[in-house]
Amino acid sequence: MKQTARQHPNRRPYSAAVPGEAAALRPPSFLFWSAVHGLCCLVSAALGFRFSRLLFLLLFSPASHHHHHHNHHHVHLLHQPPTAVIPAPPLLRPDLPPPPPPPPAVAGRVGVGRHGIRVRPWPRPNPAEVARAHKILARLRQEQRLRYGVKDPRPVIVVTPTYARTFQALHLTGLLHSLMLVPYPLTWLVVEAGGVSNETAALLARSSLPVVHLPFHEDMPVLWNDRHRFEARMRLRALRVIRERRLDGIVVFADDSNVHTMELFDEIQKVQWMGALSVGILAHSVAPDATAKRQQRASEKETSPLPIQGPACNSSGQLIGWHTFNSLPYAKKAATFVGDGVTVLPTKLEWAGFVLNSRFLWKEAEGKPNWARDLDEVGISGEEIESPLDLLKDASSVEPLGNCGKKVLLWWLRAEARYDSKFPTRWVIDPPLEIAVPAKRTPWPDAPPDLPYQRIANEGGNVEKHVSKKIRSSRSKRSSHNKKKHETHVDTQVSDMSNAQEK
Amino acid sequence: MESGIWVLALLILHSVFEGIAGQEQELNHRTERISGSAGDVLEDDPVGRLKVFVYELPSKYNKKILQKDPRCLNHMFAAEIYMHWFLLSSPVRTFNPEEADWFYTPVYTTCDLTPNGLPLPFKSPRMMRSAIELISTNWPFWNRTEGADHFFVVPHDFGACFHYQEEKAIERGILHMLKRATLVQTFGQRNHVCLKDGSIIIPPYAPPQKMQTHLIPPDTPRSIFVYFRGLFYDVGNDPEGGYYARGARATVWENFKNNPLFDISTDHPTTYYEDMQRAVFCLCPLGWAPWSPRLVEAVVFGCIPVVIADDIVLPFADAIPWEEIGVFVAEEDVPKLDTILTSIPIEVILRKQRLLANPSMKQAMLFPQPAQPGDAFHQILNGLARKLPHDENVYLKQGQKILNWTAGPVGDLKPW
Repeated sequence: MKQTARQHPNRRPYSAAVPGEAAALRPPSFLFWSAVHGLCCLVSAALGFRFSRLLFLLLFSPASHHHHHHNHHHVHLLHQPPTAVIPAPPLLRPDLPPPPPPPPAVAGRVGVGRHGIRVRPWPRPNPAEVARAHKILARLRQEQRLRYGVKDPRPVIVVTPTYARTFQALHLTGLLHSLMLVPYPLTWLVVEAGGVSNETAALLARSSLPVVHLPFHEDMPVLWNDRHRFEARMRLRALRVIRERRLDGIVVFADDSNVHTMELFDEIQKVQWMGALSVGILAHSVAPDATAKRQQRASEKETSPLPIQGPACNSSGQLIGWHTFNSLPYAKKAATFVGDGVTVLPTKLEWAGFVLNSRFLWKEAEGKPNWARDLDEVGISGEEIESPLDLLKDASSVEPLGNCGKKVLLWWLRAEARYDSKFPTRWVIDPPLEIAVPAKRTPWPDAPPDLPYQRIANEGGNVEKHVSKKIRSSRSKRSSHNKKKHETHVDTQVSDMSNAQEK
Repeated sequence: MESGIWVLALLILHSVFEGIAGQEQELNHRTERISGSAGDVLEDDPVGRLKVFVYELPSKYNKKILQKDPRCLNHMFAAEIYMHWFLLSSPVRTFNPEEADWFYTPVYTTCDLTPNGLPLPFKSPRMMRSAIELISTNWPFWNRTEGADHFFVVPHDFGACFHYQEEKAIERGILHMLKRATLVQTFGQRNHVCLKDGSIIIPPYAPPQKMQTHLIPPDTPRSIFVYFRGLFYDVGNDPEGGYYARGARATVWENFKNNPLFDISTDHPTTYYEDMQRAVFCLCPLGWAPWSPRLVEAVVFGCIPVVIADDIVLPFADAIPWEEIGVFVAEEDVPKLDTILTSIPIEVILRKQRLLANPSMKQAMLFPQPAQPGDAFHQILNGLARKLPHDENVYLKQGQKILNWTAGPVGDLKPW
């Protein structure tokens, strides 16, 4: 049995009892088989293909011929019952005594040899099991956070200024989902310009977060510069509410169109009183044409690929200054009013890059640093609040977060729909549309003839040309391209105008 | 008055004990003490419990072999070399063989490598035999016990059977000369010819420095449920499947290649170590031999090892309670692997993770250079120390001979 096992290409289940008897039989059979092997090699060399001893077996043992065929085909032993493999019957050799049948595989003993590949009849994931696995992963994540994450996490207070407009649903839903993923107790203060509206309330009701919906009874201005200042006042309103109610936690200024990472919320837990983060500014223009591309490449050589606002540190990790936004390369292409099809630029230091300990705002708090200005004094007598640094007497004690500003944990973006865009209330089309007719000239056939923006534009005379060109350009998608083309031709006048407005 | 003082003393003692218990409880919350069938022995110090005498063999048995091929220091069989170096400078070493409890023979049998780096075991029996002949003629200690108080490190695939193919290894059996010696090997399978009683199973060598450099922050979420990288079909030697890994790896692939919970493939990613740290379960199926460095890697990176190898004996099984740390799946249950893994209760999984987080567990699997307390070298010595004192029948009487010096295949008797 030992000899046959050696040249038979298929191995059989083997037990430990055999090695002893094999040794005695080996010398004579060894010579015989080496002779046969030599003969086969010579024949192969003559024929030019591999003439293996298998052919001998095929010739000399017709009885087990069909077993060879069975074994030489590529039979995947799929769907085979999970038992030990049935051994092939021993071959008959004309010159050697018939070998004893192989001993049956002993139950419980692992055998050498061919085993089947067991495949389930339906090898697909079971949804109940996948759900259980996800529960396990969530629980393990919780445990991991307890063990290695932030010790004694403080609640988070998020301050968001917003107002009802076309893209509000887009931005607010994104922010809502990000906040729902935050693992810390959260309070969301949403300040809405124009008073509390059903639009915003409907969106906020979709989250399961505790929301404080604060009305701000003035309308959002149209020009971007005004809007930045207006938002600052809205945020101050929220900060005053925090002070009145003595809410405890870390205040994050999350604008509704910004993008936040989850690591941000872990990082801000480290703040003592006031912290500063690096904000990536997504201010590149939407559709560059040839001249714009050249300008962009030129400006990119000077600055980093993504402009970043945030703390600047020296080599020992101390705050020495601020990286702010260089708006010169974009001066010609800046948006002036909301809904303009070009890039919106941020202010020098955006509010989103700062976080506060809410006790900083309280009237009385232990350990409140003396470089904090009292909130009641801020912004009363027409003072312009541009960034949270105005809440401090001394800006050098701000803590740089995110590996001293090296990690960008959130991105600033302002994207608004066209100034004359409309959306169905609460994004529900009721009653359902009967006929949809493609618009030829303007997307909205019932656009009012005299848009409010036109009135403002008419006051600054040169921009009239600007506006009239816009009405001519019909398709909304191409309009930004056309606008840019026209702008570059009319550049000197428009740039004068925009520079004047920016100042 | 006196009773008041006693009450006060009792109260103080009680609060002290509770403080200690509270601290221990906090420690238990983070990690758990590991105690195997031999007790709480992972942190035992072998110094003072045994003495080892290292034979001085000519350098053709060790140094010259290593000089010829320095790759031996990095492959998974490098434990034999590092064990030698460790013993040379260890406090358990003694220069007086009369007081030694154990004798060590430094012969590097696994260092004859192919161009690909795989060791060829064909000359190893002759090398071992020649080394034993040398020590038996130059020192009297081998003949005194016929090797029963000697130990040898044989980390190759099937240990002292000295072959990489299981059938051939079984056929050869353990080298006859080593019949009475203690073998320190990586191969362990119950009821197998190549595992003898009293052997010490060790983990394969995995480079500790390389693993240290790939550590990621521990708060990175473990988001992969099951992870495996390696072959499922050994296309060169067994293209149809069924022989390699007894069909177990092929079964895993066929059943779970479409399952999103199983991140399994034959890739060789550069982030292999980092990915293991992001996984909850790491599969450690058998290959051509039941053991693999995956177990060591899984333990070091905190991933629960899922061992798919029937009857396997894991390293230091008397010191480490592997049943409590890893998950054992029978080869015939592999098609139900997803059901098995998702129905483990969450407390059990948490406990396994806590046990794996214990630093003494990770240390026991490694062979650091230089040696550190609690590492695999010390566990080997602890294992040897637990076998002391030697039985009386270890020492042979005058003229008694047990070993047959001509036993074994004819090819082994040729001098090396």
